[in-house]
Amino acid sequence: MTLDKNKKLELFRMMLLIRMFEEALEEMFSRGILHGTMHLSIGQEATAAGACLALTKEDLITSTHRGHGHCLAKGADTFRMFAELLGREDGYCRGRGGSMHIADLSNGNLGANGVVAGSLTIAVGAGHSLKMQKKDNVTLCFFGDGAVNEGSFHEALNLASLWELPIIFLCENNQYGMSMASENAIAGGSIIKRAESYGIESISIDGNDVENVYETVAGYKESILSKGKPRFIECLTYRYRGHSKSDRNLYRTDEEINFWKEEKDPLIRFSGKLLEEGYKKADLENIENEVKEEIKNSVKKALESPESSETNLEEDSYA
Amino acid sequence: MPEMSTGQAIKKALSLCLDNYEEAFLAGEDIGIYGGAFGVTDGLLEQYGENRIKDTPISEDVIAGLGVGAAITGMRPIVEMQFSDFIVNAMDPIVNQAAKLHFMYGGSVDVPLIVRGASGGGTGAAAQHSQSLESWFCHVPGLKVVTPSGPQNAYDLLLASFIDRNPIIFMEHKLIYKIKEDVQINDFPKDSSLLGKGKIISEGSDITVVSYSNMINTAKEAINDKKLEKYSVELIDLMTLSPLDIDLVISSVRKTGRLLMCQEASGDSSVGSTVITEVVSSEAFKKIKTPPKLLSGLHSPMPSAKHLENKVIPQKDDIINSILKVIENE
Ligand SMILES: Cc1ncc(C[n+]2csc(CCOP(=O)(O)OP(=O)(O)O)c2C)c(N)n1
Ligand SMILES: [Mg+2]
Repeated sequence: MTLDKNKKLELFRMMLLIRMFEEALEEMFSRGILHGTMHLSIGQEATAAGACLALTKEDLITSTHRGHGHCLAKGADTFRMFAELLGREDGYCRGRGGSMHIADLSNGNLGANGVVAGSLTIAVGAGHSLKMQKKDNVTLCFFGDGAVNEGSFHEALNLASLWELPIIFLCENNQYGMSMASENAIAGGSIIKRAESYGIESISIDGNDVENVYETVAGYKESILSKGKPRFIECLTYRYRGHSKSDRNLYRTDEEINFWKEEKDPLIRFSGKLLEEGYKKADLENIENEVKEEIKNSVKKALESPESSETNLEEDSYA
Repeated sequence: MPEMSTGQAIKKALSLCLDNYEEAFLAGEDIGIYGGAFGVTDGLLEQYGENRIKDTPISEDVIAGLGVGAAITGMRPIVEMQFSDFIVNAMDPIVNQAAKLHFMYGGSVDVPLIVRGASGGGTGAAAQHSQSLESWFCHVPGLKVVTPSGPQNAYDLLLASFIDRNPIIFMEHKLIYKIKEDVQINDFPKDSSLLGKGKIISEGSDITVVSYSNMINTAKEAINDKKLEKYSVELIDLMTLSPLDIDLVISSVRKTGRLLMCQEASGDSSVGSTVITEVVSSEAFKKIKTPPKLLSGLHSPMPSAKHLENKVIPQKDDIINSILKVIENE
């Protein structure tokens, strides 16, 4: 599973793209041109980028309220994502879904879900389809540490294990569910012990080490395809921004946030590692400039896209 | 009388419950240090401590079930669904348990439980965080459904709900939280008879407009618009949806001869369709001059984009046009 040069640069590019995409959203939000709220994954880019690079287009993912990174890493187009958040006709869901509900079926993204743990049981169904259809693919289900205390988490893991479904459950443990520290919310203290209790092979890893995330997902995918059965990964990570736009961050300290930003940042760590391995600074800067340019152009194009159509809202509720 | 927002008025009522009943406690997601997703419980943790302001994991099923179990064993729980949409994760404890235990066990237990939740659209939170599910609960015998529209009635209705011995679904539309008015800090009522009473907000003789929750605020603006100068509009706030004060509506329609029902929720099998059915099957029927109308939200999930949300949720102009339509019978 070792990464070649192109893949490493792709991981770097994707993490940057996610970060700059969300920084652009923040900027638009502060200018008052984005309606609603949003959940930013700044600081957590390595899980989305690492996991999705280990998948093919035909592998499936389910995503969460904090899902911009998952969408982008699974191949979504920044222009159509900005357009969605801006309520434009070119948006992935024609302005009907918004930040929390981007789906991109053509890239195997079954959609972001605003209900905590809402996608776990759906991932079970998607895994079941892959198995019945005898496809050599997996479903990767993203969810947060908060989701492991919902009943549907337990129902999903139990059935996936019983039926030996090709699913990678990937828990992004950013250590808080909104204001609730996961250590105060999870009895027994261990997420993977819960998964193991359902007979699912599980591992807890540094979710800010993008190569590690890639290798773990790639390895699990390979063993699922040869042996069946779901696998479970806990990625330890951290969100820098508030839970959503209304968060005053009263439940954690600035020291803690700064520690993660300064010592554990996935982008700083990975670019440092690339330089140590002999990658040229200029190459990384080129990537950075390309990403900046892409974001700028996509925002501009999205702002020029027409407002989404108001007709047929009732008809649109049905197939 | 202090000026308060609805959020502050609800907090004041919660404080009164906690001050006067040691068996009262709150439970829900992020109601402690965070102060609630909409700030309603801000400061209560510092004031009342962790034993009475219980932050829970994200587990709606057990939050509601905790409420039921505590209520039948001598406590007075007030639990929060952070967004009322997530009440669907708690349907078993609410619908199959709380609503039925008193009847099913031959009256030997009461379930004095309040389930509060933030409902409604208009904030861009999209389909899974914007619903108006109140009519679902009106369909369940054993539950009472309460929908305040502003600070004073939120305060009074919450105290009445607390006094009541039944499980209460208390839906707080997100857009009422910031509305301000002077609030009379009343003491606990002697009984819960406020539940089930509507209120005439403004008297009129040409048409009865009935609404509830935040749509009352849109309706208030509409009826004061110049386009309706010629007409005298009676506006009724239902305040409680189950039990429903249909007698108040019937006597009003007997006077005005016309009825417009406005609500944010979709019209199919809804509170509004019940109101109209009850009125046309009552003795008011003979006095009705023009066909009653139901102005409801579209039968569509809530979209995220602002301009689409405004299409799904009836706006001030929609109410004005509907009033004109009913009166002028075009
Ligand atoms: C069923 C349900 N309950 C509550 C919420 C409100 N809510 C949205 S995100 C969130 C915290 C989720 O925490 P976690 O799963 O750890 O994800 P994170 O936000 O940390 O990425 C909460 C309480 C929700 N969306 N769905
Ligand atoms: Mg979390």
